[in-house]
Amino acid sequence: MLAFIIRRLFQSVIVMLAVALVSFSLFRFVGDPIVSMVGQEATLAEREALREALGLNDPFVVQFWNFIARAVQGDFGISYRLQQPVMELILSRLPATLELALISGFFAFVLGVGFGVYTALRRRGWLSNAIMTASLIGVSLPTFLIGVLLIWVFAVELQWLPSFGRGETVRLNDWWTTGFLTPSGRASLVLPAITLGLYQMTLIMRLVRAEMLEVLRTDYIKFARARGLTNRAVHFGHALKNTMVPVITITGLQLGSIIAFAIITETVFQWPGVGALFIRSVQAVDVPVMAAYLMLIALIFVIINLIVDLLYYVVDPRLRVGRAHMRH
Amino acid sequence: MSKPDTLPPDAPRPRSWLWRAWDSDVAYSFRTSPVAIVAGLVAVIIIVMAALAPFIAPYNPYDPAQLNLMDGFTPPMEPNAFTGNVYWLGTDNQGRDVFSTILYGARISLFVGFSAVLFAMVLGITLGLIAGYRGGWVDSLLMRVADVQLSFPSILIALLIFGVARGFIPPAYRETMAIWVLIVAIGLSDWVQYARVVRGATMVEKGKEYVQAARVIGAHPVKILVRHILPNVMGPVLVIATIGLALAIIAEATLSFLGVGVPPTQPSLGTLIRIGQQYLFSGEWWILLFPSITLLALALAVNLLGDWLRDALNPRLR
Amino acid sequence: MPEPLLSVRDLVVEFPTRRGVLRAIDKVSFDIAEGEVLGMVGESGAGKSITGAAIIGLIEPPGRIAGGEIRLKGERIDSLSPETMRRVRGRRIGMVFQDPLTSLNPLYTVAQQLIETIRTHLDVSDKEARARAVALLDRVGIPAAARRIDDYPHHFSGGMRQRVVIALALCAEPELVIADEPTTALDVSVQAQIIDVLKEICAERGASVMLITHDMGVIAETADRVAVLYAGRLAEIGPVRDVIQAAEHPYTQGLMGSIPTLAQEHDRLVQIPGSMPRLNAIPPGCAFNPRCEQAFERCFRDRPEPLPRGGGRQVACWLYDRAGVAHG
Repeated sequence: MLAFIIRRLFQSVIVMLAVALVSFSLFRFVGDPIVSMVGQEATLAEREALREALGLNDPFVVQFWNFIARAVQGDFGISYRLQQPVMELILSRLPATLELALISGFFAFVLGVGFGVYTALRRRGWLSNAIMTASLIGVSLPTFLIGVLLIWVFAVELQWLPSFGRGETVRLNDWWTTGFLTPSGRASLVLPAITLGLYQMTLIMRLVRAEMLEVLRTDYIKFARARGLTNRAVHFGHALKNTMVPVITITGLQLGSIIAFAIITETVFQWPGVGALFIRSVQAVDVPVMAAYLMLIALIFVIINLIVDLLYYVVDPRLRVGRAHMRH
Repeated sequence: MSKPDTLPPDAPRPRSWLWRAWDSDVAYSFRTSPVAIVAGLVAVIIIVMAALAPFIAPYNPYDPAQLNLMDGFTPPMEPNAFTGNVYWLGTDNQGRDVFSTILYGARISLFVGFSAVLFAMVLGITLGLIAGYRGGWVDSLLMRVADVQLSFPSILIALLIFGVARGFIPPAYRETMAIWVLIVAIGLSDWVQYARVVRGATMVEKGKEYVQAARVIGAHPVKILVRHILPNVMGPVLVIATIGLALAIIAEATLSFLGVGVPPTQPSLGTLIRIGQQYLFSGEWWILLFPSITLLALALAVNLLGDWLRDALNPRLR
Repeated sequence: MPEPLLSVRDLVVEFPTRRGVLRAIDKVSFDIAEGEVLGMVGESGAGKSITGAAIIGLIEPPGRIAGGEIRLKGERIDSLSPETMRRVRGRRIGMVFQDPLTSLNPLYTVAQQLIETIRTHLDVSDKEARARAVALLDRVGIPAAARRIDDYPHHFSGGMRQRVVIALALCAEPELVIADEPTTALDVSVQAQIIDVLKEICAERGASVMLITHDMGVIAETADRVAVLYAGRLAEIGPVRDVIQAAEHPYTQGLMGSIPTLAQEHDRLVQIPGSMPRLNAIPPGCAFNPRCEQAFERCFRDRPEPLPRGGGRQVACWLYDRAGVAHG
């Protein structure tokens, strides 16, 4: 168990280093950082002095090492566009994104698994067909279009819900502000959360359905039926548990991509999160923010991957290699 | 791998390839699936109309000589208050005919979509062949890269590639190069699945005797592999490509909507929706609605076709 | 004559397909007496497994029982409600599947699967179910059963897993056990042990066995009677010794030619030319006529019904309908 965790941690560090390399290369080679910082009018001598001061003349490995050392301390430099420390910018916007992602992910998972199981068990029912058709529309609808159409119906025509921003927020500590505690904050969360969660929900649902149908065809399910177990036991005891093993992995990754997809949702709803910050940075080629965002997303993915691996380990006894394998 | 010369006595006599194509399981499944027929029709109509846009569209929305700002914001099927002109689907803020902008927009969306899929397919098949045939560290490296890439959403990767490319391209060329950058960005974010399928098939085939035999008689084994493997993986590749087309169209629309895709001078469906969204609150709903419906119909039709094709080629699910 | 435990009459099982309806089982009739072991042989695709699935009511849709009846102790079980039939499965008819590696749910311990099955059918406490499960595992030859019961399936070897499968099939004390190729997937060295365990334990409990296999050797050693299926039809049925020593149907004669025996002398080595017809291409008359060396004009015209031959034997062959004509 411990060896397993250590091995996974080691792999995570490798992945982070690889992403850091990409991130650093972005920082170093996309555009000229000096020009971006001091503008065109600085003299050659001034630029060279700054170049030396920033260590840009050091060997690549040394620069990379310094980049990592600074990144570990949360120092990603100053945004070209906003002239503020990148980490401060990201931290101030992270709570908005995390709250949105958590709510969306929760509903996507609960509804996705529920609908997936239902449509797998009632394969030929009309409600299943309706849900499957709706899910296909859900997969085909681009996220931004869902958002725009929701705004049109619920904000413009019906005027039930706000169409942009987080509403009133409450400051919990130095950097965490929450929208959960005020009515306008909660109302503002509804449309973005649906927009962000809908696509993930349909993916999870289709995955659960496909896996469940696969499991229902296996010999052990046939054998469970042949032993006269109740449908309830066969479906929810035997089939669902086996379905969840692969679903956990992919769902975990889905939850990670929710944070990435937040880019789109945040743009549509002018949600003050890190995704909207990232898109502005891409438009303005604001490299320090792009690099930091990339590292942040990678870190979130790595953490989620670790959690998923541990969950996997809990669910599937075959991975618990502590006991002697294949005893006769 | 020759076919037996004698057919079993109960086998139908061989007929023309046309009849066999009509009688094949896939064609049968198409004929008996109303969803597939409707989806196919919708896709074909949109693709043909987009391809023929310069001949079908009543106006060229990007020819300033044909534009009249007075025609702006004309609702659908109603005469304009100043000019009395009637437009089927209304006009946008600059007086451009919405129907025409949709045709031209779909053209760009489809061009980017097809090009990106082609790019991803060629790249994926090549890398898959290399990984499967060479094995060893080349294979490990490629598949590791594929794994890592697959765990990140493709839209994020496309955005990143797009951002990097913008950094490298001088600002003066950014607009003209944008569409090609977009194609490469979307294509690069979507090669993995092709590579996986082809790699698997290559690994199975390369151990077979005919490949060894080809080596003995001096033919290049890769040539033989390509000839034998490509027909085998046509089915799965076609399914991936069809669904990939829907994804590429959506990806392009998303990037353009986010304002990092095609330049406003060449608006795709995503750009049109971005423009339309700005007039939502002032009540000009048609500028948003019609491009949205077109995008949805296109993406849904292609997705449905891909879904159907996957089921039709996978008899176990029937 | 006492009432048989299981009685199958004119069973027809059909699978609708795009190119028409396939008859996988075509008017098959046989009985199994209490405590008897009936062997069922035939090539793959002859309908052995489907007959077993029909009896236990688990034919995969769209396949269905299209005719005939199945009686267990005189009571019809082919048209019971799903819930009533479920109570028959496991409780009155147990089933052993071919592949022990895939028959057990990998995510549950052996104890969980046994106790669940026992408590589904028998009104006993958890503790008592566990005691029964341990005793049964011990009986099927699992060493240190009290300890091993809490292991997961992947901790057991193939042969041991099949013992667990047998325990699961027998744990609710069924009157009939259908064993569908129980040793095919196993090592040759453990096949005989598994058959012995199955036979002994069923004999102890007075349970009848329907043993489906394509291995005439297993039948010869285990079964009391044997039924030979060909292309979904019954070719021959009778006491195992009679059928093996003096097969009457030309197909059975061919099958017997395929097992080497020391005690028997064959006139010639019998070979069956050709292969079994596909279900959609069964010729008119006798299904075996294209491969039969003794076929004559009537065999191509009329379908032979099973004819009583005395001593409990039946054979579906026109050769025996002409008085005084001896078989070849």
